[in-house]
Amino acid sequence: MNVLLDHFADFREGFVGTVLLTLASGLLAMVLGVVIAGFRVSPVPPLRAFGTAWVTLFRNTPLTLLFLIAWFVVPVIFAPGMSPWTKALLALSFYTSAFVCEAVRSGITTVPLGQAEAARSLGMTFSQTLRLIVLPQATRTVVAPLSSIFIALTKNSAIAGAFSVTELFGWQKTLSDQGYAIAWIFLWVALGYLVITFSISGLFQLLERRLGVAR
Amino acid sequence: MSSSVLYDTPGPKARLRNRLYTVAGSLALAALLAFVVYRLDAKNQLDPKIWNIFNNAGVRTNIRDGVLTTLKVFAAAGALSLVLGLLLAVGRLSEHRPVRWFATGFIELFRAVPLLITIYALWVLFLSYKDDLGVVGDNAAFWGLVVGLTFYNGSVQAEVLRAGINAVPRGQVEAAYALGLRKYQVMTTLLLPQAVRSMLPTMISQLVVTLKDTSLGYVITYTELLFAARTMASNIIVNGDNPFTAVVIVVGAIYIAMCLALSSLATWIERRGRRAKTGVAVAAAEPPVVLDGAR
Repeated sequence: MNVLLDHFADFREGFVGTVLLTLASGLLAMVLGVVIAGFRVSPVPPLRAFGTAWVTLFRNTPLTLLFLIAWFVVPVIFAPGMSPWTKALLALSFYTSAFVCEAVRSGITTVPLGQAEAARSLGMTFSQTLRLIVLPQATRTVVAPLSSIFIALTKNSAIAGAFSVTELFGWQKTLSDQGYAIAWIFLWVALGYLVITFSISGLFQLLERRLGVAR
Repeated sequence: MSSSVLYDTPGPKARLRNRLYTVAGSLALAALLAFVVYRLDAKNQLDPKIWNIFNNAGVRTNIRDGVLTTLKVFAAAGALSLVLGLLLAVGRLSEHRPVRWFATGFIELFRAVPLLITIYALWVLFLSYKDDLGVVGDNAAFWGLVVGLTFYNGSVQAEVLRAGINAVPRGQVEAAYALGLRKYQVMTTLLLPQAVRSMLPTMISQLVVTLKDTSLGYVITYTELLFAARTMASNIIVNGDNPFTAVVIVVGAIYIAMCLALSSLATWIERRGRRAKTGVAVAAAEPPVVLDGAR
């Protein structure tokens, strides 16, 4: 009657699904977030407006609503025939990108003013200043908030399971529908998420130590 | 032009280039917007008939009830999570080891588990022990949602409060003990007021998260705003199809408005707190007294 041993393959499949979905949407959210953060600090007003609108929109919308849009609106209006996995990827990474953008932007503001001023007085352009001077230094302060953003992303990926993507939550639902005791399933699934979130925070702590500079 | 340090005040060349980018950027944004409108129109989603459903009294009642239910869940979960957060924060800082361990374990467990899973597990639990739980059994989905939200957000609020308590200078606590205050007096009259005051913006931001997370009720088929809207949309047929797009746009706007209102409250409080940091007004300096023979 041990639910973990009886359904180990299912648990493993769900676990791998969660990890893959988190990795893929984390990567896409990073790229989107950094680009949008660049928009938000750029000297071009429409780009700034676009960045602000993006962040306001995605930070204040419940993720469940985004999933609903990805499931019922996007296929009808824009691209029919997307797989559920792609839809989940899009919803998760668009949502997370707004948070990444804010983290990166606040990281940019922590870089000492003198750095950007020195870069400018050397004749660097806006994109050079950002790319070569400011962003590399911002990375250091951004790592800590990014870690909690990715942990939140891991947990948010559970919503994809409710919308029929294979991952841990989906298996919990299936198993508890089969009549296994919910408490045990809950604990095993919790353990699965704990493994993922602990490895993320460990990884980022390592990264923080590597990037850290004695000042 | 701008206070940003990332670029210089533009000269004639840069102004020209920026103007070019501005035009190009505006055109790109306009094109994006036009594409969205075009696709909506091509799929017949801008048909006045579809948008006319919002003139229907039933639809309006449905949406209003959904909003009220969402607010009800939010009020219950928000209040309970603040209380639980307070208890857990104090518990985690307790001198009694069992209390401290219990609070730490509770916080770490429920912060690590996705909220959706907590809510789902509680819902199933409440459903299966319907008869034993009496009142709870009648609306298992409501209590599953509220208790799940409370456990998760209470744990987060506890960590926020703990950070606030730890930020109070150590000397104040020592001074209070030296004056002969008891443990609970130090906590209630000295630590908590200062912690709450400094952490209020963060706590309200967490309340915004609570408000957004009420939409997880959708998954356990609780008729909050999202589920109500979805059910309503699948019961209406306009032009041979369900008006999902229109309903989703309206519901999304409602959610964004609610969250923005709450987070602007947080911003307002933050700005207000920054204005008077100590809470004690400093008297204006007296005009300098010039003695008669001083010059």
